Amino acid sequence: MQEETVKNMILGEDDDYVVNMGPQHPSTHGVLRFEVSLYGETIRKVVPHCGYIHRGIEKMCERDTYPQIIHLTDRMDYLSAHMNNEAVCLCVEKALGVEIPERVTCIRTILDELNRIASHQLWWCAMGMDMGALTTFFYGLRDRERILDIFEESFGSRLLHSYNTPGGLMHDIHPGFRKRIVDFIRYFRKKLPEYDQLLTDNVIFRERTEGIGVLSLEDAIQYGVTGPSGRASGFSCDIRKIEPYGAYRKVSFHEVLRTEGDTLARYKVRIAEMYESMHILEQLVDQIPEGDYSAKMKAVIRVPAGEFFQRVETARGELGVYIVSDGNKTPYRIKFRTPNFSNLFVISKLAPGHKIADLVAISGSLDLVIPDIDR
Amino acid sequence: MPDAGFPANPQFSEILVPKDRYYDFCRTIKTSPDLFFDYLISLTAVDWNDHFMIVCHITSTRYRHTLVVKTRLEGREELSVKSISDLWKTAEYHEREVFDLFGIRFLNHPDLRRLFLEDDYGYPLRKDFTDETRMIIK
Repeated sequence: MQEETVKNMILGEDDDYVVNMGPQHPSTHGVLRFEVSLYGETIRKVVPHCGYIHRGIEKMCERDTYPQIIHLTDRMDYLSAHMNNEAVCLCVEKALGVEIPERVTCIRTILDELNRIASHQLWWCAMGMDMGALTTFFYGLRDRERILDIFEESFGSRLLHSYNTPGGLMHDIHPGFRKRIVDFIRYFRKKLPEYDQLLTDNVIFRERTEGIGVLSLEDAIQYGVTGPSGRASGFSCDIRKIEPYGAYRKVSFHEVLRTEGDTLARYKVRIAEMYESMHILEQLVDQIPEGDYSAKMKAVIRVPAGEFFQRVETARGELGVYIVSDGNKTPYRIKFRTPNFSNLFVISKLAPGHKIADLVAISGSLDLVIPDIDR
Repeated sequence: MPDAGFPANPQFSEILVPKDRYYDFCRTIKTSPDLFFDYLISLTAVDWNDHFMIVCHITSTRYRHTLVVKTRLEGREELSVKSISDLWKTAEYHEREVFDLFGIRFLNHPDLRRLFLEDDYGYPLRKDFTDETRMIIK
């Protein structure tokens, strides 16, 4: 009986036509396979299959020391690398009870927001491209390049920076850091309205997104859909507001919420978040305090025995780091509650009833990063 | 609930529920209007060699309080616990992940298949897992 049910779930009904989308489909942005049951062009059922890029990061972390773990977390959600680093650092710092210099928290928050803008820019490029608007790709990457240049100048790498370390930062920021950000904000404030002109107000784009893949508030909470995707359904889940960390206590910003829950709402939340991120940057960039770039830490970090949990808002939603320590220099068990893992599976709820072309729009609006699902 | 334990946890309230009361307890805290734990943040397991611990972080979007619910599974073989996937839909996938990596079965689960790995792979997050071709064993 059990086996029969499983077989039915995979193959769908008798008159359904089953198509594999992926694992190398361009719109999945990584190796993910959707098994889609179709009736004509209408989707009956979507079953996501993951594991193509499972590296066992949680197992590797049990072998590594805490400063080494930082480098593995980059490789989960590579577009929110800085937030992933920060989550582990905050968790270890909380466990050790270390006081972090003001300068570090301020710089970390600035980088969080820069990283969020960069991530949303790439999402915007890819979302347009998935739906056939190739121009957006060039516009988005052009602006994203400016942020990556800031990263490169200060930490020497553009995507996977590993700039955080438990207790502070690897090294101090570049002297031109502040001016670069001010220049970027001035530049991007002018460019962001172009995004609306190009894509948001485009008739074809609106036809393909409005009312497609509507996620209700109850389902968002049931499936644990967080981040911009959850907030588009009215789920107030911004960890920056619920459990403020870093310098978020000191800045004023709005949690962007919409109630429609469709693909266009998820799109609009991210566009509005870019404005909010720039607003946060403007408040912080002139107030980076002087001081040390790292707290005094022991050469070998031993986290006291116990269990620690830290939540952080990445560009895609809530990242939870759960460290179980037995007092050694390596964690006994570490669990990453990654945002994309929960956000992915809601697709089997959203897609049925729509056409197969809408599946691309829906998965684009969920902004999935596959290595974050598989870990 | 007289047989529940309250382990020390500086961050959240924590409760250790006996295995046979785990599902009923979860249903109570989800449906009770005063508690209203409607959002499951994460569900995972920890291998403590002589027993396994299921750890759920559950929070309320209405009251913003968080509770850590734990349950203890004795032994190493034939482990099973009742699934909570009908209470929180996201638990279905977290439980599949735990089944995949720890080999703990969840009863009444609608679709208990391995999530990441092949069917004949071991359970890699167990402490006694070894894989000579892919791991460096010190």
